[in-house]
Amino acid sequence: MAKATSRPPTARRRTGRAGDGAASPATAELQGLDAKTLLLMYRQMALIRRFEEHAAESYAQAKIGGFLHLYIGEEAVAVGALHAARPDDHLITHYRDHGYALVRGCEPGAVMAELFGRSGGVVAGRGGSMHLADARRHFWGGHAIVGGHIPIAVGLAMAQQRKDTGLVVIDVFGDGATAIGMFHEAMNMAMIWRTPVVFLCENNLYGMGAAAHEQSPVDKLIDRARGYNMPAAQADGMDPLDMHRVMGEAVEHARRGEGPFFVEALTYRFRGHSMADPEMYRTRDEVREWRARDPIPAFGKRLVDGGVVGSEELQRVDEEVEEEVVAAVKFADESPPPDPSTVFDKIYAAPVEKRP
Amino acid sequence: MTVEISYRQALHDALSEEMRRDEDVLLLGEDITGYGGSYAVTKGLHEEFGLDRVMETPIAEAGIVATAIGLSMGGMRPVAELMTVNFALLALDQIVNNAAKFHYMFNGQWSVPIVVRTVSGFGQLAATHSQTFEGWFASVPGLKVVMPATPADAKGLLKTAIRDPDPVVFIEHSLLYSRRGPVPDDGTEHLVPIGEAAVVREGSDVTLVAYSRMALEALAAAEELSQAGVECEVVDLRTLRPLDVDTVAASIARTHRAVVCGEDWRTGGFGATLAAEIQDRCFDVLDAPVARVAMADVPLPYARNLERMLIPTAHSIVEAVRGLLDDGGRS
Repeated sequence: MAKATSRPPTARRRTGRAGDGAASPATAELQGLDAKTLLLMYRQMALIRRFEEHAAESYAQAKIGGFLHLYIGEEAVAVGALHAARPDDHLITHYRDHGYALVRGCEPGAVMAELFGRSGGVVAGRGGSMHLADARRHFWGGHAIVGGHIPIAVGLAMAQQRKDTGLVVIDVFGDGATAIGMFHEAMNMAMIWRTPVVFLCENNLYGMGAAAHEQSPVDKLIDRARGYNMPAAQADGMDPLDMHRVMGEAVEHARRGEGPFFVEALTYRFRGHSMADPEMYRTRDEVREWRARDPIPAFGKRLVDGGVVGSEELQRVDEEVEEEVVAAVKFADESPPPDPSTVFDKIYAAPVEKRP
Repeated sequence: MTVEISYRQALHDALSEEMRRDEDVLLLGEDITGYGGSYAVTKGLHEEFGLDRVMETPIAEAGIVATAIGLSMGGMRPVAELMTVNFALLALDQIVNNAAKFHYMFNGQWSVPIVVRTVSGFGQLAATHSQTFEGWFASVPGLKVVMPATPADAKGLLKTAIRDPDPVVFIEHSLLYSRRGPVPDDGTEHLVPIGEAAVVREGSDVTLVAYSRMALEALAAAEELSQAGVECEVVDLRTLRPLDVDTVAASIARTHRAVVCGEDWRTGGFGATLAAEIQDRCFDVLDAPVARVAMADVPLPYARNLERMLIPTAHSIVEAVRGLLDDGGRS
């Protein structure tokens, strides 16, 4: 079982979480990853951060409508998790999905254009922030009914068995979703059928504004898996390498045909649930303490301290991703709105023609 | 050449033919293997096709439909069985928010070729087991909704539904399973297109628009009225979405009167939409307001006498037609 590394004591007390003391020994060794991969992981985390900051700014400028759920603070989860999987392993996520889309290789401009509701968006302005998807990259969305997508992963994973693809499905959701019936149906069916799915629960301590202890009788969400006889492990969601380590075990367990695996990523969102969130349910001190564990500078420091890269190289990466995101915003700004004549297109794959 | 078989057998044959034709077709649902299916449609299929292709599931309607959706995204052609349409409410989120949405919302990147087979009907089962919700499903763009009345349509439409690239809600009727009828059996594939109504009886005085069991009730009513000199045309919709309004409108252009016949509730039921469509399309040719036969707005009671008071029958249709002809339906 993975252990979470040290966590801010305030947050532990407030949420009733049992403390996990020691840092994992494996995390100290950079997971045996090569310098190129480690730098890419840093770049992706930095890209998500800058992307989300620019998205927030664009939201404030009313370029983005509806809801906007930022991934700031949780970057290490998506980056560590996806690096532990094959690029063609299937991915299905909740609505806090920008980071996953970017790590999966969706163009930042196309993701930003989707947030802007433009024709150049990943789904041409039809889905918005919560419904990003790119089937070519086996990224199946972006789902906004909490828990609704969780059992879809079970069927998708079963299809991998039937088609003998050797691929697994990574099924991402938040702590709040573990209270929903469909989560439990999915866990039950996945275990009965031994489907190759990794349930990745991002525990950021709050389901919107409700704290974990208000929504769950168990402190550790991995205990949810016990009722299904499913193996489970916690990972430090503020550390991409611990995420990589734990997800690596989970993914290979599923790929070997041993069935599903449940991973609880202990993480924290630095911003509100959505841009509309006044954050009355948590203290500034708590947020400050978690921000002190910001995964990006912490990971950068480890790379420098470990002699993987020089600090000037990280600075160069920071500048490059900033340019990349500025270009993404420009692309989104310049992308035309969807053509009104397409509004009735694609309701059906096989439309029934109206007879004269 | 035709063969006389039951609605149940027709559905069974459709499933087995499609499973033989395409190895990606698989069935999943509660009690569909050893038990044989709660209405015995799938009986014996697991013996021919194995438990990998006729899959027993836990009691988890949302999970069953979600699994089917996921299977379809992975290249399979799943047919999910939900024991009754009442239980399908537990899967409404999967059907409405997921199956119906993905193709449009994800800009056509993939479709959801699943069939959700379920059953409406009644028979002293009380309020929670005696409902019919086709109007709810038919209100959702992205879904196709099919409700066959005859063994021939049951077989032909189910085969078509399995081949269709979109999600199809296929609603059978518990009181029709044992009804027999001719089904084409000439060695070629019997397929009935989705989205086409059928004029199943011609007549000049009034059009009865119906589907599923009520199409048979409408035919019985037409027979009775014919003896009294009133000739009814009966349109069996067969598909509720996409709705074949053209066939309905063409019939009403000939008869100038319409009775909309359904088993779901009067308020917000599919008949309400249908009546509105007819007013919209046919106002100039109607000699009388559109009449409706529907379930009264009551949670269906258990007691036999109370249940019988409420369930629409051929007699209800005859009364409605007489009302239309006596005073133009304006009373």
